Amino acid sequence: MSKSVVAMQEAIRIKKPDAKAEAAARRRARQRRERAIEGGLFVAALISVATTVTIIAVLLSESVGFFRTVPLTDFFTDTLWTPLFADPHYGILPLLAGTLVTSAVGLLVAIPLGTVAAIYLSEFSSPRLREVMKPTLELLGAIPTVVYGYFALIVVTPALQRLWPDLPGFNMLGPGIVIGIMIMPFVISLSEDAMRAVPMVLREGSYAMGATRLQTAWRVVVPAATSGLVAAYVLGISRAVGETMVVAIAAGQNPNLTWNPLEPAATITAYIVQVALGDLPHGSIGYQSIFAAGLVLAVLTFAFNILGHMMRKRFREVY
Amino acid sequence: MAAQSSPHPRPSIGRRKIAEALFKVLGLCSLAIGVGTLVLLFGALLVEGVTRIDWQFLMSFPSRHAAKAGILPAWVGSTLIMLVTAVVGVPLGVAAAIYLEEYARRTWMTELIEVTVTNLAGVPSIIYGLLALGLFVYILGLGENILVAGLTLALLILPVVIVTTREAIRAIPVEIREAAYALGATKWQTVAHHVLPYSAAGILTGIILALSRAIGETAPIVTIGALTFIAFLPPAPITTHPPYVSFDWLLSPFTVMPIQMFGWVSRPGEDFASNAAAAGVLLVGMTLAMNGVAIYLRYRMRKQVTW
Repeated sequence: MSKSVVAMQEAIRIKKPDAKAEAAARRRARQRRERAIEGGLFVAALISVATTVTIIAVLLSESVGFFRTVPLTDFFTDTLWTPLFADPHYGILPLLAGTLVTSAVGLLVAIPLGTVAAIYLSEFSSPRLREVMKPTLELLGAIPTVVYGYFALIVVTPALQRLWPDLPGFNMLGPGIVIGIMIMPFVISLSEDAMRAVPMVLREGSYAMGATRLQTAWRVVVPAATSGLVAAYVLGISRAVGETMVVAIAAGQNPNLTWNPLEPAATITAYIVQVALGDLPHGSIGYQSIFAAGLVLAVLTFAFNILGHMMRKRFREVY
Repeated sequence: MAAQSSPHPRPSIGRRKIAEALFKVLGLCSLAIGVGTLVLLFGALLVEGVTRIDWQFLMSFPSRHAAKAGILPAWVGSTLIMLVTAVVGVPLGVAAAIYLEEYARRTWMTELIEVTVTNLAGVPSIIYGLLALGLFVYILGLGENILVAGLTLALLILPVVIVTTREAIRAIPVEIREAAYALGATKWQTVAHHVLPYSAAGILTGIILALSRAIGETAPIVTIGALTFIAFLPPAPITTHPPYVSFDWLLSPFTVMPIQMFGWVSRPGEDFASNAAAAGVLLVGMTLAMNGVAIYLRYRMRKQVTW
């Protein structure tokens, strides 16, 4: 507060003999209250830091117990994952393969479709269609994942079995495709943002040279928005890798080291769900194994998220 | 001039026009796949499940006989957990957003908070489940109950609430704040009397979107021991004897709608599949309704407010 305002307030109260002291006391009380409120808000903001630290701490501390029993070399080289069997093996590769295959199928669906749809929305569609499509896509992204899991198991897989009659009821292709459709709205929304951030003058320059809309979109807008598009894909990968319910329902529960999407295989997330559904005592190796699996998942998604956000920052800074 | 560089301009123009038309069709098809899925998904659920939805289904406990099974404990559980999530998550998220937008100075601490918020928004929900299992269930010893589920989902929606609230607050022009300061208002008075009321619709939109996400979450609830077969309701919050309010329900075991659906999907048999579909119809219906309200609110806001 500026000095003159304080002086004015004092001048108004000058008639009372103790007005000065009273005003000062009130001012102090108000400052104390303001500081207390700011402190409270700051504590609320700190919760996100605390959550992040706790996630890392919980995953690490439980994994330490796991890696005391299981050497790191076994963890990364053993080709079997059977922690709950009489003859336990702890190789993360089968789960990792399941995660990568379902994510890859998802990305093969989401990236081409999402990019084309985003180019269309950003460069071709009428504003009216865009106004309608954006909320609709948002709705698509808001549907509970367990419903998508049902969809993969009961609708998509039987439809695929008509194409490949010997496709098993649990497989990685069906859930992969559904994951792709699920992350498509996310990819579209981020890619469209990136393309809309390309300045109009670049397009106008291209049109002035006689380029069509498609040529402008493909040779001017997309190259200019590359880092934003890549960011959208990378963040999409992170979503696909962390997707849980679709694969837990429709991809099967058996760890299976294969790169063939027509086979069933458990993913890291599906394994965590499977173990959590049972009743494992705290401190047992099976209990610790879900934290070790979770740690691998967290490291993967953290890496993709950080990469994605770095790329997104770059496209913002260029113009 | 043009004729010199390309002797037959017309065929080339024709080709380019065809390519453009083809791309338009391709673009529309991609969009149609997205939207078509939504329609197909909801259609498949309706066909399979709508006949199962009746009063008996809503008011029954799960059962080994698919035809007798219902989702009473599931929707009661979902409602109570949403209550905890909203009571805990919304004030914290809004407070954090106010701090970041109105108070925070550019320090490394602010930078750290912002980075963690962005990162938490991308953390897979199953990881929140592991956090809850390690922290709430074992370290704090809170057990596997409604309170823990609500707290877990509160942490999960925190980034969503923070991000949308910040956007809503940022849309309030700085002149409003300057006018308040000029009249001698303190920072908090400015925020509480002006910034928050004017951005209330935007904040509400974010809260609805966040809760609609929380209500459909399955993975983080699975890890803290939600049961798919639960044949009782949590204790009632209102009792007949003083003090008339009871919080025992917070410590009750629970199930929620998505878990119930997951339980039915995983069971073999046509009958349970139609139960799952019926639960799915209700879940999707609820999410669509909540999102619809949010989208409508945002639409009205954009139309009305001109600063």
